Amino acid sequence: MAKLRVGVVSPEREIWSGEADMVIAKTVDGEIGIMPKHAPVLGVLVEGGLLKIKRGDGEADLVAAVHGGFLSVADDEVSILAEIAELGSEIDIARARSALERAQASVESGQEGADAAVEAAAEAKRARARLRAAGEEVG
Amino acid sequence: MGAQLRLLRRRIKSVKSTAKITRAQELIASSRIVKAQLRMQAAVPYEREITRAVTGVVSNTASVDHPLTVEKERPARAAVLIVTSDSGFCGGFNANVLREAEALVGLLKGKGIEPVPFVTGRKGVAWHSFRGREMGGQWTGFSRKPAYSDAKEIAGVLIDSFSAEDGVDEIHIVSTQFVSMLTQEVVIKRILPLEVEETDERADSTPLPYFEFEPSAADVLDTLLPRYVESRIFSALLQSAASEEASRRRAMKSATDNANELIRTFTQQMNQARQAEITQEISEIVGGASALADAAAGKE
Repeated sequence: MAKLRVGVVSPEREIWSGEADMVIAKTVDGEIGIMPKHAPVLGVLVEGGLLKIKRGDGEADLVAAVHGGFLSVADDEVSILAEIAELGSEIDIARARSALERAQASVESGQEGADAAVEAAAEAKRARARLRAAGEEVG
Repeated sequence: MGAQLRLLRRRIKSVKSTAKITRAQELIASSRIVKAQLRMQAAVPYEREITRAVTGVVSNTASVDHPLTVEKERPARAAVLIVTSDSGFCGGFNANVLREAEALVGLLKGKGIEPVPFVTGRKGVAWHSFRGREMGGQWTGFSRKPAYSDAKEIAGVLIDSFSAEDGVDEIHIVSTQFVSMLTQEVVIKRILPLEVEETDERADSTPLPYFEFEPSAADVLDTLLPRYVESRIFSALLQSAASEEASRRRAMKSATDNANELIRTFTQQMNQARQAEITQEISEIVGGASALADAAAGKE
């Protein structure tokens, strides 16, 4: 079967590139699964979404936390452009957990004005995506 | 004579210590160029992909009617983003950028457009404030190692000013492009209103595919275009950082060479002075001795 050529890139480096059977990402409209011979698509990804890359051939699936960015598919080439993207294997679970707790605490206390609250909510979302990408259960 | 000898010794010592400093700077710059080049290369995939995506959208939607791509009929003000370095010791690097920027400012004024400088790098900021020129924005502290967040901040200010009613109508960027270790060129680019640059590889291959958009072409464009501008600014910052180090290395190399040349000349002068001094001493001793001998001979 034909394979997808996948590249996950951030402005500062190429995070991962290789071949895969299927790519699952979350766009603003909902989850989208890309398999070979998919029609060309350009999508906006959600903040704090999960990206799953099924590599097939008995290799483990790749999971990454993607914070905003784009998905572009054309000619069996999938590129994920993300401002920040982290592979599940690179994530520091303890740090993400403490970041989540901190963000939740500041959301709950809710004293710091609207901007700070939005920022804290986004931070909590990112931390949750990070933990999920690392294979942790998040409430 | 003794005083001259001491003077020369002192000068040689001071030139030697300067040479040590410039030599060290040269080595530091050489190692930094490599790092800056790596950062530049690391940013290439993202830039290529985002350019492709923008080209895709623009070529798909026949009439792109986005505020960031529409040219105003009578542009009144233009932002000029000038990318300079934070530290000196890099030869004509900043002077070249500022000269080109001045030329652009003159050109814009000639067309009846009021230029507004936005400056990054301490040297460019100092240059503008010394001349009492008002800046639309200034950023310092990252010229050697720009992060994406820096580019994002700059792009944010520029796009805000571009979208504002009484803001700027055009955005130009003056920066140094890293061609190779030996060649760096100052380039002027207009980044807004957008002129999408086609990637070379696309020129001869198949036409771009017809994209579907999630959620819609307009929404995609809304989020994509600012990212594209950020990516262009980021690339300019990275190129400029690499060029800065390359031009520093060159400047420091010629400074070191020059110092070594000076040391050679001074050493020669010093040796001559020392020999002259010794010769004088000998002739004084001989003269004194023969005078004594003459006096002794006269007594007998």
